[in-house]
Amino acid sequence: MSELIKKTAAELAGALAAGETTSVELTRAHLDRIAAVDGTAESGVHAFLHVDAEGALAQAAASDARRAAGQSRHLLDGVPIAVKDVLATQGLPTTCGSKILEGWVPPYDATVVRRIKEAGLPILGKTNMDEFAMGSSTEHSAYGPTRNPWDQTRIPGGSGGGSAAAVAAFEAPLALGTDTGGSIRQPGAVTGTVGVKPTYGGVSRYGLVALANSLDQVGPVTRTVLDSALLHELIAGHDPLDSTSVDAPVGSYVAAAREGAKGDLAGLRVGVIKELAGDGWQPGVMERFAETVDLLKELGAEVTEVSCPTFVHAMATYYLILPAECSSNLAKFDAMRYGLRVVPEGDPSAEAVMKATRDAGFGDEVKRRIMIGTYALSSGYYDAYYGQAQKVRTLISRDFAAAFEGVDVLVSPTSPTTAFPLGEKLDDPLAMYLQDLATIPANLAGVPGISVPAGLAAEDGLPVGFQVLAPALADDRLYRVGAAVEAALTQRWGGPILGEAPTLEGPR
Amino acid sequence: MSETLVPFDEVVERFDPALGLEIHVELNTNTKMFCGCPAVFGGEPNTQVCPTCLGLPGAMPVVNGKAVESAIRIGLALNCEIAEWCRFARKNYFYPDMPKNFQTSQYDEPIAFEGYLDVTVPDENGGEGETFRIEIERAHMEEDTGKSSHVGGSDGRIHGADYSLVDYNRAGIPLIEIVTKPILGTGDKAPLVAKAYVSAIRDLIVALGVSDARMDQGSIRADVNLSLAPKGSGVLGTRSETKNVNSLRSVERAVRFEMSRHAGILDAGGSVLQETRHFHENDGTTSSGREKSDAEDYRYFPEPDLVPVAPSREWVEELRATLPENPAVKRTRLQGEWGFTDLEMRDTVGAGALDLVEQTVAAGAAPQAARKWWLTELARRANDAGVELTELAVTPAQVAAVQALVDAKTINDKLARQVFDGLLAGEGTPEEIIAARGLAVVSDEGALSAAVDKAIAENPDIADKIRDGKLAAAGALIGAVMKEMRGQADAGRVRELVLEKLS
Repeated sequence: MSELIKKTAAELAGALAAGETTSVELTRAHLDRIAAVDGTAESGVHAFLHVDAEGALAQAAASDARRAAGQSRHLLDGVPIAVKDVLATQGLPTTCGSKILEGWVPPYDATVVRRIKEAGLPILGKTNMDEFAMGSSTEHSAYGPTRNPWDQTRIPGGSGGGSAAAVAAFEAPLALGTDTGGSIRQPGAVTGTVGVKPTYGGVSRYGLVALANSLDQVGPVTRTVLDSALLHELIAGHDPLDSTSVDAPVGSYVAAAREGAKGDLAGLRVGVIKELAGDGWQPGVMERFAETVDLLKELGAEVTEVSCPTFVHAMATYYLILPAECSSNLAKFDAMRYGLRVVPEGDPSAEAVMKATRDAGFGDEVKRRIMIGTYALSSGYYDAYYGQAQKVRTLISRDFAAAFEGVDVLVSPTSPTTAFPLGEKLDDPLAMYLQDLATIPANLAGVPGISVPAGLAAEDGLPVGFQVLAPALADDRLYRVGAAVEAALTQRWGGPILGEAPTLEGPR
Repeated sequence: MSETLVPFDEVVERFDPALGLEIHVELNTNTKMFCGCPAVFGGEPNTQVCPTCLGLPGAMPVVNGKAVESAIRIGLALNCEIAEWCRFARKNYFYPDMPKNFQTSQYDEPIAFEGYLDVTVPDENGGEGETFRIEIERAHMEEDTGKSSHVGGSDGRIHGADYSLVDYNRAGIPLIEIVTKPILGTGDKAPLVAKAYVSAIRDLIVALGVSDARMDQGSIRADVNLSLAPKGSGVLGTRSETKNVNSLRSVERAVRFEMSRHAGILDAGGSVLQETRHFHENDGTTSSGREKSDAEDYRYFPEPDLVPVAPSREWVEELRATLPENPAVKRTRLQGEWGFTDLEMRDTVGAGALDLVEQTVAAGAAPQAARKWWLTELARRANDAGVELTELAVTPAQVAAVQALVDAKTINDKLARQVFDGLLAGEGTPEEIIAARGLAVVSDEGALSAAVDKAIAENPDIADKIRDGKLAAAGALIGAVMKEMRGQADAGRVRELVLEKLS
């Protein structure tokens, strides 16, 4: 195994700049790692749905040529990246983990994909996910689950289990994820990696196949806080193609991460969210959380308990707004223009083809949410469900606003439990939904959040995530606090948490 | 299914009609409502498309600012309030020509609302027309769908077709939908009011310059809602919605037919089905649309990919200042200024010559002279060439110049026609054409006098009649002189000479 793959993106960028390696060499090293450990739907990590070795090596060669000519475009030019399969990539299949899009090759790039291409990052491939990003385990992928590199009998989180596992298994130094209710942060927590959900509107959604438009956000998936900051600065910023993207200067995330890593949080006011703890929260998760809160105090922060009483309604609110939006978003998958097309025997009418295709192409969780959303928007029920949910959403935003009057950041465990065994919650949707209890409020309010590793739970030895939330457009605070926690804990552990993960063997 | 149709006169004796009109106006913006694709008519199928208007996964809409401007101007011209804040909404239903299976439209927050438009229905006996105030409920923005064509069926309809083709060039073209409140109290004028309203909307759209306003090409499409209630009952009956009625005459006929059809159903003790109907141009009837009625649940909700539209009051006032004069008001004003009769005015408008006459008058011609040239000589030439009057290669300024030459007696009306020939043939200015073609009236009194003498000598019988005081006979001598002069004489002067010599 090449030692190159253990390096962070910032270190790889340094090595490229110093001429110690080439983009082709390190792209090849990651492709070799993918070949060795990623396996198939049946065994191995299975973080990737599609690997583009040829394309990535070509992009790497072009990057090396630019560097030789003194024309590198970006600090990360030449550092490879994996992209969640929900982002449109011109010329590369984009399935969203669904059979209904099997074989679809977009004719255009998502804005974030265009930005990483323009900066020169070779794209290793597309990562696995729950179908249309619906799930917290990646088990709802139509192409088989991703397995957690810490224990391949367990889930890697979801919906972005592929991106998190790819980074955790050293198959990619960087990945792009999307977070609608925790799909970047929860996989980060259960795989011992870093994941950031930016402020809503901070990163363009153009080319992100929408799950719930008012909640979705693209963000970085990495092994370190600094790497997330580097990637976040690259993908952030106004996009005229996304009306909801914020027309404001991009924050100084890299500077905030470097500042935070110095370990001084004197004067920082931290609020512990009272409602995000209690029965059903795994003791080992709460232990690591309490320990990390104590660490913040040691670094100079003032910690208080903050109550956000409406957060207990966040789950119910989320599961009305999200299905409503997705029931409409997914209507376009009708076999008329692209994707799967099933023609029933004896009835080739458009209506019959639409029905048969959607029946065959969508999985159970997708159908469940389409039905809930269709119901919630129906005449006579709209006010009681969708309308009411929007009102509660406003109250949740007000709870955040009130809390941020007294504190600079809010903290909680990212997820109530560590990674659970594959299959355990597959037949119990409500238990699965509870995985996102702590991450959902941020999406409803549009505020940014980060999950950083907080250590391993005593009872199962699996990673625990520590979540930091900040006010809208104050994403830099996530990096300052996240980097401080990361630096102190890494020092305490004597190295990165992923050093504790088992060494992966390639499938025989 | 056979239907009992009640004669129109009987319908209006026993029922009160309630009209409702929904007009879709396709805007003439350069680009589509939510993407940068060209919004022009007539491209090769599926060449004016992109990820957004094809509804490809991941693509997002961006609002066309010019379309919002046009919507506000239409709203202002219809005396509407303009929303300070409004949103787009998704109208969800499945249809193959809708790329996303929802139409991005507006629901309970239209850009314009609570307006009115006064329309006048002409009196068929030539008296003063009757004016009705049509209350406008709303005007909202939305996107057009693609266009389906059904191949292999009997009449181009989906029923019985072998397969269907969809052209998405039209998908995403900006539309403004103008919806009236129920129009009551029109009685036997209902068909004419409907027609006059659609006509007034079309004139307004033309004056605003926001659409090609071609009903035949579908850039203005009318849906006609109609219901009947027992006379004097004051209630609203169940309505039918006749879709895409594509000419003014069809609007009138559709209302008339539906009134007769509804009355037949109600007389038989039946109840009218709330449904969509198709209008048939060939026989003026309607038939059930087979599609689900608008009682369908569209599950509207605010479009989460777009931010609200919040036009500033300053902008709205700037746009108000750009509004053209209301076409109906303008017509009344011009009729007064020009002294046209109702019939002359109606003919002028009907020929599409109002603006041309106005410009010709502005260039110095007398109104009647301007009307005469455009509605007779030039209308005939446009008709022969199969083009619109406005497309003719003669400008109002040239018409005014020709008339000025007639007024100066440089040419007469007959010679003027030859000048128009020259203008159409691109032979230069009227003066150049007169010189080149040798068209000027002969003002040489000697030559003229000789020609009159010759005519008198050759027509002694007629000369005698004139001597006997039968002045009407002078026409024949004048004609002979004009023929002798090959038309290049002032007929008025010839008449004077004839009468002088025979008095």
